[in-house]
Amino acid sequence: MAFASKSPWVIHYDASSCNGCDIEVLAALCPGYDVERFGIINTGNPKHADIFLVTGSVNERNIDVVKEIYDQMVEPKIVVACGICACTGGIFHDCYNVIGGVDKAIPVDVYAPGCAVRPEAIIDAVVQAIGILDEKSKALAAARKGA
Amino acid sequence: MGKATVIPFGPQHPVLPEPLHLDLVVEDEKVIEAIPQIGFVHRGLEKLVETRDYNQFIYVAERICGICAFGHSMGYAETVERLMGVEIPTRAEYLRVIWHELSRIHSHILWMGLAADAFGFESLFMHCWRLRERVLDIFEKTTGGRVIFSVVKVGGVVRDIDKLQFNEIKRVLEGIKHDYNQLCKAFLKDTSVKNRTVGVGYISHEDALDLSMVGPFARASSVNNDSRCLGNGGYKFLSDFQPIMDGQGDCYARVKVRALEVLQSIDIIEEMIAKIPEGDIAVPVKGSPADGAESSNVVEQPRGECYYYARGNGSKYLERMRMRTPTSQNLGGMTKVLAGCDLADVNMIVLTIDPCISCTER
Repeated sequence: MAFASKSPWVIHYDASSCNGCDIEVLAALCPGYDVERFGIINTGNPKHADIFLVTGSVNERNIDVVKEIYDQMVEPKIVVACGICACTGGIFHDCYNVIGGVDKAIPVDVYAPGCAVRPEAIIDAVVQAIGILDEKSKALAAARKGA
Repeated sequence: MGKATVIPFGPQHPVLPEPLHLDLVVEDEKVIEAIPQIGFVHRGLEKLVETRDYNQFIYVAERICGICAFGHSMGYAETVERLMGVEIPTRAEYLRVIWHELSRIHSHILWMGLAADAFGFESLFMHCWRLRERVLDIFEKTTGGRVIFSVVKVGGVVRDIDKLQFNEIKRVLEGIKHDYNQLCKAFLKDTSVKNRTVGVGYISHEDALDLSMVGPFARASSVNNDSRCLGNGGYKFLSDFQPIMDGQGDCYARVKVRALEVLQSIDIIEEMIAKIPEGDIAVPVKGSPADGAESSNVVEQPRGECYYYARGNGSKYLERMRMRTPTSQNLGGMTKVLAGCDLADVNMIVLTIDPCISCTER
């Protein structure tokens, strides 16, 4: 199952972010940083995705959407919180409609800080995520053999 | 005619980097009604004005939206300066205009890329975003940030741009202009692009006025509403300013207005760099806004006119801060245009209003 880590597909969702991190996520996928050359492709379908990039602080309205996308992704899966809002709530932590961090909604594997998060930080986080993805798929394969 | 079906569009959709939900009521392939649902990005930002003083709130204002970040920080700073009667140095006004026009270039090129993605021209999308990286490099060199700059403060700006950097900006813009003209050719002359944009999503001049549309969306239906004409802030130093308009009112006209606005912004920046005076970049601001003092301000953002209102209460905290952002004005026009269009054109039409959901919902 190690092939997923050779070409992990990512899905991006804006959970009440200010756009700053979203355009940086896209910038990381576009020329300039161009992670597509490593086989990382942006997809719109959660069922095709291995890595879930979430930006923004998660509010009451979109917490269900975040959970839904996470549930629709197939194991093994990794969640990367992109930007300080996704990590802790950031500058909006005390807003009335902000839950404060993606980890309040779904389990997060890698945190990429920054306001707005730099594409380098996203790439770094995705590289870490690939390592975790490998471990998870190995664990999954071992569990299957044992069963 | 077939039975009416409701197709949900968004909030997680490949064509939208931002969450917007539309319930599309379709009959066969025709959309008969589009019902927008918003609230996915609502954070309750205006309320923060009660817990952050007027100097701190500028960083919150900047994070209303990451694409028009500079416009919001400038608009907020100008509103508070009016509230307190602060005169800022001329050089600071020039610098603000230069950064603001640079953000317009970055925003429009970003939008053109997304539009290319919407009509399925993937390589054009990549080319647009490659060009945009060069504008972001200018931002990084002059302010230190790529999308959020934190360079405006109440009373002026935080950083100066020196002569060497101005020469660098001029050189980079010259290069961008050359490559951009080639991109424009693809957007405005290419047959496959024209097939997706010409005649799609038409809105008449009267409807545009009735629905009080703003920005390039309205200017494509020949509504002259460019608030840069008012000469707020540094725009009063421009020798001549003619808003770019088009009378066609379809997606093609909207692409064309934005495409030409980029070239206009490059001209504005070149004029500003040629005329910028020497001097201070900020004045110290002391005290707090008077109780009951009110001020308002209008800034032409990349997406259209944005209105700011502030009210003081005698303390360091503002009583109320209100923004009316361009996309909330344009949503009415968007639902009007969507009714009656083909299902395949929905993403193109939604994109040509250049929706900025995080501005709208704050």
